[in-house]
Amino acid sequence: MSILIDQSTRVITQGITGSAGSFHTDKSVEYSPHSYVGGVTPKRGGQTWTGKDSGKSLPVFNTVAEAVAKTGANASMIFVPAGGAGDAIMEAADAGIKVIVCITEGIPVLDMAKAKRFVQAKPGVRLVGPNCPGVITPGQCKIGIMPGYIHKPVEPGKTGVGVLSRSGTLTYEAVFQLTGMGYGQTTCVGIGGDPIIGTNQIDCLKLFQDDPATEAILMIGEIGGTAEEAAAEYVKQHVTKPVAAFIAGQTAPPGRRMGHAGAIISGGSGSAADKIKALEAAGIVVAKTPADLGAAVKEAIARKKK
Amino acid sequence: MKVHEYQAKELLAGYGAPIPKHIVCKTADEAAAAFDALSNGGGAVVKAQVHAGGRGAGQLLGYADKLGGVKFVTSKEKAKAVAEAMLSHKLRTLQTGPDGQKIQTLIVQADAEPDKEFYVSMVLDRTTGVPILMGSAAGGMDIEKVAHDTPEKIIKVQVQPETGLLPYQAQKMAFDLGFTNDQIGSVVKILMALSKVYFEKDASIVEVNPLAVTKKGDVVVLDAKIDFDDNAKFRHKDLEPLRDLAEENATEIRAAKADLNYIQLDGNIGCLVNGAGLAMATMDMVKFYGGNPANFLDVGGGVTAENAVEAFRIILSDDKVKAIFVNVFGGIASCARIADALVKAGREVGFKIPVVVRLEGNEVEKAREILGAVKAELPAIRVAPTLTEAAKMVVELAK
Repeated sequence: MSILIDQSTRVITQGITGSAGSFHTDKSVEYSPHSYVGGVTPKRGGQTWTGKDSGKSLPVFNTVAEAVAKTGANASMIFVPAGGAGDAIMEAADAGIKVIVCITEGIPVLDMAKAKRFVQAKPGVRLVGPNCPGVITPGQCKIGIMPGYIHKPVEPGKTGVGVLSRSGTLTYEAVFQLTGMGYGQTTCVGIGGDPIIGTNQIDCLKLFQDDPATEAILMIGEIGGTAEEAAAEYVKQHVTKPVAAFIAGQTAPPGRRMGHAGAIISGGSGSAADKIKALEAAGIVVAKTPADLGAAVKEAIARKKK
Repeated sequence: MKVHEYQAKELLAGYGAPIPKHIVCKTADEAAAAFDALSNGGGAVVKAQVHAGGRGAGQLLGYADKLGGVKFVTSKEKAKAVAEAMLSHKLRTLQTGPDGQKIQTLIVQADAEPDKEFYVSMVLDRTTGVPILMGSAAGGMDIEKVAHDTPEKIIKVQVQPETGLLPYQAQKMAFDLGFTNDQIGSVVKILMALSKVYFEKDASIVEVNPLAVTKKGDVVVLDAKIDFDDNAKFRHKDLEPLRDLAEENATEIRAAKADLNYIQLDGNIGCLVNGAGLAMATMDMVKFYGGNPANFLDVGGGVTAENAVEAFRIILSDDKVKAIFVNVFGGIASCARIADALVKAGREVGFKIPVVVRLEGNEVEKAREILGAVKAELPAIRVAPTLTEAAKMVVELAK
């Protein structure tokens, strides 16, 4: 079991002929060849894309609607450049794609404000990101730029850890530690580092709580906004599984954007201290340093067993 | 991108918002002449133009008398003296940091002494992902404090990005804030201008504080702040001339040119990391083990030898730096490539201080071999076995 994507997910890449789109489709195809069914680049319809390393060929379509009609795709991975990415999200939602994973960084906030409302108006459509590494259900389907090899699939009938994160490399760090300690991962969701994102912490917590294969949850956050505080409140009321967390940016100065567009302490809210306080008050084990992410999960599981 | 008060007010005025007359000055003589043009037999206000807020309550560093960045003056001589003081001393406010900010531009503004002060802004509500118009009758003061202590004094209205602020919404806000019938028209003009700048120019915040009713009964934008969404600058070439590079950190501008995300801090341990989250977490780790980070630096996913070399040059340009912490998790990017970049940087830049390296992930063994092979040539590079070891090591070496 897993959340969002699995063995049966059928993926197209929007922006498949661009350099990043092509490179990462190739890597994703290598990881889960059965998942990928095509790509979209306007005016390149009818061509065939071939992965440099995977050697796999996929049909290219002009529009998402055509790709869906011809391939039955139900998920998409977006690499369209920032200026057109908001539109690409809406195109996917309109064409009936159910899981839209937007990797693109640097989308104007107002474009996302429109795209998010557009997606919300389509029942059953879920947007992940933007500005995120993507989603992976190890051993089943990889949609994104994360390194596949660090992940450990959950064996049939066994349980694993669900990971959700606002940061890319910190997620890899966490997964690397979990795998090293023998914990498989059900699904890892990079929710993205922008001020406006599709799927948030609470959405993921709910999905992981309902997923029988997920034994524990690791939530990686950072400064900016108050989503971690809201997530802590949600955990307190609705999550019975062990939860561990980490918050990056304890040393970040207020008013500065720390790399991610959403990582900024502003208006007296969004500090790491406030978030850690809220998480601990909800009974969540908070890792002290990025070297203790796996250990925090282990402790959260041990605490619940007591 | 932030802009100055006068630029913000002029933008709003361009969309129909009433603002008091002002003249932009670069010298004390210009300020004196501006006083003559605007005082109209009374007084005028001299206002320092820096990007930091809290100017009125600030203090000119090294100036004998109590003087901040905003001063009402009643004579040409006073205007000149105040302008001279402002242009020759740095201004420290709650937002500038202890060293203060150099003042290079002033405005002299016609007297618009407020009788009542309000707060209005357009900003994104991150919780819902929808922009909101905020208003409060408790204007003129720190709105964050108002929001914290008396949240009931703030009125919020969702504004849909497809329509922008609708006239009835602006009118309702004006009535809810308690404006009188003869003031409503001007207030609506200001609110509509706020929304137009916000949506048409991709602002991340447009704030008017205070929106004032003057003693003469006029409704004006007395002070304004606008911050633009950097992600949208590709479609607003017209805003480029508003950027004031003198207000930004020179090293940060240099880093941006090399596609590096760099923020200068005041510690002595330089950090070079891939990924924004890991870069923040690395700074936190340095602090956790008793050290102090000198910077935030995210080299991004596709580190090349060229930008690694520039990253080291930038870190080393800060002479407070006593040791460097390189923390890279090679996901899809190979650690070997990063090791090569390190060697190249060592050869080109020269490491006179310790460089503690922690690499993990893709092709880490090969990377360790590359670094092992140059041990004698580049003794400053020390490879740490784990993340925790690396953090402890760099903190120790920086002491």
